[in-house]
Amino acid sequence: MDAEAAKLIGAALAIGIGAIGPGIGIGIIGGKAMESLGRNPEAESSIRTNMILAIALTEGIAIFALVISLIIKFV
Amino acid sequence: MTATYLTATTEHAAQATSPHVADTAAKAETHAGPHVSIKAEPVFSVAGFPIANSMLLSFFVFAFFIAIVAKYNTDAKKPKKSGLFYFVTFALRGIYGLFESALGDKTMYFFPLIGAFFFYILLNNWAGLLPGVGSVLIHHVPLLRANTADLNTTIALALVSVFMVQFYGVKHLGGSYFKKFINFANPISFFVGILEIVSEFSRILSFAFRLFGNIFAGEVLLAVVSFLIPAFVSFPFLMLETFVGLIQAVVFSMLSAILFRLAITSEH
Repeated sequence: MDAEAAKLIGAALAIGIGAIGPGIGIGIIGGKAMESLGRNPEAESSIRTNMILAIALTEGIAIFALVISLIIKFV
Repeated sequence: MTATYLTATTEHAAQATSPHVADTAAKAETHAGPHVSIKAEPVFSVAGFPIANSMLLSFFVFAFFIAIVAKYNTDAKKPKKSGLFYFVTFALRGIYGLFESALGDKTMYFFPLIGAFFFYILLNNWAGLLPGVGSVLIHHVPLLRANTADLNTTIALALVSVFMVQFYGVKHLGGSYFKKFINFANPISFFVGILEIVSEFSRILSFAFRLFGNIFAGEVLLAVVSFLIPAFVSFPFLMLETFVGLIQAVVFSMLSAILFRLAITSEH
């Protein structure tokens, strides 16, 4: 395996493994938001705002993995 | 499709002539995909100072923003106001209400800075989605690039945000603000202080890379999708990126707001 192939595999693994954790996390956030929406539907707008904020923070972790894999691939 | 076919045929022709040329042609072939550069590239220089493509677009965004502000300002003094005035007021009220949920009675105090963060990031994110940005090339370098897809900009924004957290903390709590970081009361609070110092620095990185990563990943996604299927298919992704641009602007300014709020409240 030459260095170029190792780089490609490394880039794919970085984002592939890095997306697992945030995927689970976003699922938990969405599920909990639905749950609390079922408990008190009148709080929908504040639940939605906070859910999107939390999802964006969780997604940031996947984005770090993506940045690493882009750096491996293009730099 | 035609473009890849053409490069493939030229590569074959080169292979026939000399092995060395074929090697360079094959190298060019591996980079024949969409133009992706992780850093902003200089397009021209003014008196030895290089102007990068991301900076060039931010100049246009500044000009647009100042034009809107000037129009808003003149409209505010007139009895008969234009539709733009009401639209900008509507947007400002929406954003103000959003930050009010996090900042409470301190909203007016922090809004100039937080709102500046929000509108700067939002307009730059959306400017990066305009047609022509990234696709108009000058000497194989894109003429324009979203300013927030440049790590220099996002690190600068993150530094401003984290510095202002310290500034507001010292302004409102005085010397007791530093008790959060250096505390010899007991061993546990001493090590918690060290963790606080580290987390302040890691905040710069996470602020910068979250914004940069989201916008740059969106650019790469759009470039790859429109390279694979040139027509129509990139439209839903464009909608997604518009949404992501708004969300990232909200996230950056909202996190700054929460950190400001935390910095000015003393712990008892």
